[in-house]
Amino acid sequence: MIETYVREFEAFSANGGGSPAWLAEQRRAAMDRFARVGFPTAKDEEWRFTPVTPIAQASFTPAPAATVTADALAPFLFGNPGWPLLVFVNGRYQAELSSAALPGGAVAENLAAAIARDPSLEAHLGRHAPVEESAFTALNTAFLREGAFVHVPARVVLPEPVHALFVTTAGAEGGVAHPRNLFIVEREARASIIESYVTLAPGASYFTNAVTEVLSGENAWTEHTRLQRESESAYHVGLTHVEQERDSHYRSFTLAMGGAIARHNLHVRLNAPGIETLMYGLYLTRGQQLVDNHTAIYHDHPNCNSWEVYKGVLDGRSRGVFNGKVFVKPEAQKTDAKQTNRNLILSDGARVDTKPQLEIFADDVKCTHGATIGRLDEVAVFYARSRGIPAAEARRLLTYAFAAEVVHEVALAPVREELDRLVLERLGTLA
Amino acid sequence: MLEIKELRAGAGDVEILKGITLSVKPGEVHAIMGPNGSGKSTLAQVLAGHPAYEVTGGSVTYMGQDLLDMEPEARAQAGVFLAFQYPVEIPGVSNAYFLRAAYNEIRKANGQEELDPMDFLDVLEAKLKVVEWEPEIMSRAVNHGFSGGEKKRNEILQMAVLEPRLAILDETDSGLDIDALRIVANGVNRLRHPERATIVVTHYQRLLNYIVPDYVHVLSGGRIVKSGGRELALELESRGYEWIEEEVGAA
Repeated sequence: MIETYVREFEAFSANGGGSPAWLAEQRRAAMDRFARVGFPTAKDEEWRFTPVTPIAQASFTPAPAATVTADALAPFLFGNPGWPLLVFVNGRYQAELSSAALPGGAVAENLAAAIARDPSLEAHLGRHAPVEESAFTALNTAFLREGAFVHVPARVVLPEPVHALFVTTAGAEGGVAHPRNLFIVEREARASIIESYVTLAPGASYFTNAVTEVLSGENAWTEHTRLQRESESAYHVGLTHVEQERDSHYRSFTLAMGGAIARHNLHVRLNAPGIETLMYGLYLTRGQQLVDNHTAIYHDHPNCNSWEVYKGVLDGRSRGVFNGKVFVKPEAQKTDAKQTNRNLILSDGARVDTKPQLEIFADDVKCTHGATIGRLDEVAVFYARSRGIPAAEARRLLTYAFAAEVVHEVALAPVREELDRLVLERLGTLA
Repeated sequence: MLEIKELRAGAGDVEILKGITLSVKPGEVHAIMGPNGSGKSTLAQVLAGHPAYEVTGGSVTYMGQDLLDMEPEARAQAGVFLAFQYPVEIPGVSNAYFLRAAYNEIRKANGQEELDPMDFLDVLEAKLKVVEWEPEIMSRAVNHGFSGGEKKRNEILQMAVLEPRLAILDETDSGLDIDALRIVANGVNRLRHPERATIVVTHYQRLLNYIVPDYVHVLSGGRIVKSGGRELALELESRGYEWIEEEVGAA
């Protein structure tokens, strides 16, 4: 209900959401925008396969503050216990659970603290992810306050990944949070950042509406992992908007396994020549879940490469949606862009809608795309069985193999191992 | 060990095996030869339980059990191994993981303790020597990006590790150069044992210079039309298959 948000916005503005002035203005404009356009409908091409009626008709109110123990977070942490960690519970930063000292003047902190401290954020925050593009982005911007802020100055190499962990508790039932993240990796810097959305209440129904803006500076190297493990009764809408500068390398991995309805948009703008972009995705769905991935890459300059592989494993009566846009401007000669979407259907009731969308206006480019929807190869199943592996185990192994192929593209070993674990854990529940 | 009686099988409406009778005793090596389309590979795959084929008649008894009543994995666990003519690629699963999974499933089914990755490595190292391979091959995905020869060699490695009681080689020699052929043959010969048997399905006599069979059977039109000793293979090599088909036709 739009009115609920309008009402909550007034309370939010009066209570700390009103400063600094530049931001108050931005929030107000975003709220006006949202109130005007409202939630998208099935008539909106971008939302054709993903009806957001359950989100639009509910009256989600701000998720209440809650405390959780460090022990409760343990199942969601991996890698080295010393990794910089930012913890948010029901959308609110938890300083006592976080520890984020970084070397070389790099910073990882709550966005709210950064806003209060650093006026230069005005140049970035909300400047990259346009509110005009999506009602959800407008809504997030209206309530923009907390989230992960990571700043890596020029030539600083982060030795360990920064983990931003967004936890939702049972108390958040019927609640909404609007995490807002800003990652700035400056020229020749190197960073790995993990964004996790998890829940302590697997059956809870709540709404997460996240927006992340990423800046990858000249010749910078950024690895971005997004793990969406929300409750399977929850709603998750996320936008990741990336701006890449000359010769930068950005690689993204998104895992989506939670949510009754989950949508993620990944938009990458290539603002100069010599850029490399890798976009990997994996979605694992079951029951009645609907998981939607929309990606868009904008090749505006020559000599850039983008490589995209999204894979889905769908069980039960779940649905997967993939839409991959590749735009190549006339001046973006020598573009090398490859997009692949492969889906493995495990049940009769599961279904996938996949749509590659290439708009190429340059003539000296190499652009390919491919989408497949299929079932397990029965000859491969027989091959494994003929080696003594029982049928159910053979199917699990081959399903794992299908997913693992993309997981193994993650550069950082501990992240890769965690993804492996999550995939195996999920497949263990398959019949 | 293996008693095949009047075995009939096909795919869809097409009958491919039209009554095969064959008896294999422990310690023996049987070669099954025949022209393309004679049913050699079908016989091999039916014995392993390939779901694409339907058995329409006859019986197969293996170690006193009704083989046709067993699931493919149960056959493997009971010691039946088929080296595939076209080994399957499994991207995303390492050769080491796959082979250890198979090894442990077979051990588990036989009431033996499973091996952890470290102990398995010891088993593996010795077997890699049989196929003259470096351990690096084990970290590659199963058959993924392997050359034709590497795939066949991988089948022999699996066979060496799993130590089947009844090994069935389905045209493992096809497309191999002489070095690879020697390695494959060596793998099979190392497995020869008074309690084990091997069925070598091949189109060419060449392999039988390395793996010396006790019996040679010629398959034609889904039936065994001639059986003999090793000399039959040599005769086939020099005279081709036509004379047998003519002989059968005349009879």
